[in-house]
Amino acid sequence: MLTFTIRRLVLAVPTLLFISLVIFLLLELAPGDPMAQVPLTVPPEVKEKMREALGLGQPMHIRFWKWIVQFFWIEPQVLVDHIFGTTFSQGDLRVISWQTRSPVMDIVVQRIPQTLWVVGTAYVVAILIALPIGIYSAYRQYSWFDQMGTFVSMIGFSVPPFFSGVLVIVIFSVNLGWFPSIYDTTLKVTDWDSFMLQLQQMIMPVMVLALQITAQLSRFMRASMLDNLNQDYVRTARAKGLSEYTVVMVHVLRNSMIPVVTVIALGIPSIFGGAIITEQVFKVNGIGQLLIGAIQANDLPMVQTLTFIFAVLIVLFNLIADVLYGILDPRIRYD
Amino acid sequence: MTDKERFVPDEGLAPASTALPAAGPMEELHNPPRSQWRDVWDQFKTHKGAMLGAVLFILIVASVYLGPFFWDIDPTQTAIRERNQGPSWAHPFGTDQLGRDMLARMMAGGQTSVSVGIAAMLLALFLGSFIGVLAGFFRRFDGPLMRLTDLFLALPLLPLLLVMMLLFREPLSAAFGLERGLFILIVSAIGITSWMPTARIVRGDVLALKEREFVLAARSIGTSNSRIIMRHILPNVLSPIMVSATLGIATAIITESALSFLGLGFPPDFPTWGRLLQDGVDYLQQYPERVFWPGLAISLTVLSVNYLGDGLRDALDPRIRGR
Repeated sequence: MLTFTIRRLVLAVPTLLFISLVIFLLLELAPGDPMAQVPLTVPPEVKEKMREALGLGQPMHIRFWKWIVQFFWIEPQVLVDHIFGTTFSQGDLRVISWQTRSPVMDIVVQRIPQTLWVVGTAYVVAILIALPIGIYSAYRQYSWFDQMGTFVSMIGFSVPPFFSGVLVIVIFSVNLGWFPSIYDTTLKVTDWDSFMLQLQQMIMPVMVLALQITAQLSRFMRASMLDNLNQDYVRTARAKGLSEYTVVMVHVLRNSMIPVVTVIALGIPSIFGGAIITEQVFKVNGIGQLLIGAIQANDLPMVQTLTFIFAVLIVLFNLIADVLYGILDPRIRYD
Repeated sequence: MTDKERFVPDEGLAPASTALPAAGPMEELHNPPRSQWRDVWDQFKTHKGAMLGAVLFILIVASVYLGPFFWDIDPTQTAIRERNQGPSWAHPFGTDQLGRDMLARMMAGGQTSVSVGIAAMLLALFLGSFIGVLAGFFRRFDGPLMRLTDLFLALPLLPLLLVMMLLFREPLSAAFGLERGLFILIVSAIGITSWMPTARIVRGDVLALKEREFVLAARSIGTSNSRIIMRHILPNVLSPIMVSATLGIATAIITESALSFLGLGFPPDFPTWGRLLQDGVDYLQQYPERVFWPGLAISLTVLSVNYLGDGLRDALDPRIRGR
């Protein structure tokens, strides 16, 4: 198992390097110029100095190397400094945003809690809803419950978040007036009332995100249960005289959970990507909105860093999913 | 089978099991041969959701492309005196903030959205099948191409799409004109980022197919590789390709609308469903129907295509067919 994990880990390194190169090269082609906002009265040689200060003067491969060093060596040091109060990173140049002229990672750290709150809650809610639905609709295949489940998950697949989000705003915020349509990030949860406010403003984005995730997960759970329900070991369990509950909830469920757990792990990073739209609709100023803002403002270091964070997350959770599968299903460990 | 074998000398002595199978094939011979597509169609017909989806999709496509012949109001024609009207006989879907007819805009937007969906699907399908067949058929390409597929799957696709739109928008619209350049850009961006599932499925099927006897037979009479792929491999991987095609249209339409919604798709005066939805969001409180119609159009199209794909998958699976 350890060699399996190490092999996957080693394979992840070239993947990450390749992805960072793709992202870097793609942005190298960008027509945008960070000096476009500088007034025309600034003389050209000063402009050239400013470009160099932003690290734009050097050849491409040196800048790529510098960016890699900044991302993988200096930023972790900053994190360590922040936690333990040490001074490893003092004087090192960090990745600087062109928009705010402050370190990119600081802004990212400010934005992460909002994204994690909304998206994380949605994911948990979706898992809690999807698994029972999947189990029951597989157990009663082609029943009305199963047909309903199929239809609802088809809707979840088909209605894009920018429509379902706007729709719930119209219904619950404009017509009924129950929930605010804009997510207020400055709200601090201190007492019961502010907690209720927080809950109210989270309901709609969570609902929209959870519908999509539920649709995918419940389909997957159902398919996985159906694969297992007709197996010989299930017949054996029934023949032994085990209760139906034990057969389904212990024997079948545990085996069906293996692929589902890996799909849940695989879905976590894509939630960050999918949340770009939902965050935009509800004006949650999380990471997704940060990316859109950076793209519109031509803030290349920010875009690079964010895209790369997404890529790291995808590779990381792919790895976790692989290892989890290896732990849960010993048969695939040595392939 | 010779006459001697078919002749049973003493029917009383022969066990029933030997007499009965002889009757089966004899009767079946009288049935006319059925083509594969006839079987597929028969199975497809039994899937009610898929039939409904197919009818709905054809209806949407037809009304979007043929509708403008009957409803000949120019979608870009502004009439500031008639702005923000509700539904009426002159404007069944009302008018927008510049007095443009919403029904005409919906049709024009639908044309763009559906053609982007279909074109991007075709591109993704071509790339996916090409890479899948190459990786499955030629062993030396298998490793590198599958690594490439894994790498593409590990890329954060929506952020990269947004970045691509940002970067290549101006060069391409300068080279091909604003609308055509953007169309090429959006189609190729979606196509390049969505071929991976098709490639994986096709590769798996090709790997199994190339070990089959008919491929060996074709090779032993000296058929060239390209001929084997065209005549023997591709027709046999057609069913997974068709299923990915339907699902690909759905993904492409949603992606295009998402790009337009985020303001990185087509320009404002060039309607697509996603663009119309975004325009409507600004007037959400006063005129929610302006968000509702484009959103409903996107959702219904995607829903119908998804059901179509579901039914197609069942119909093309020989294990399910005939049950």
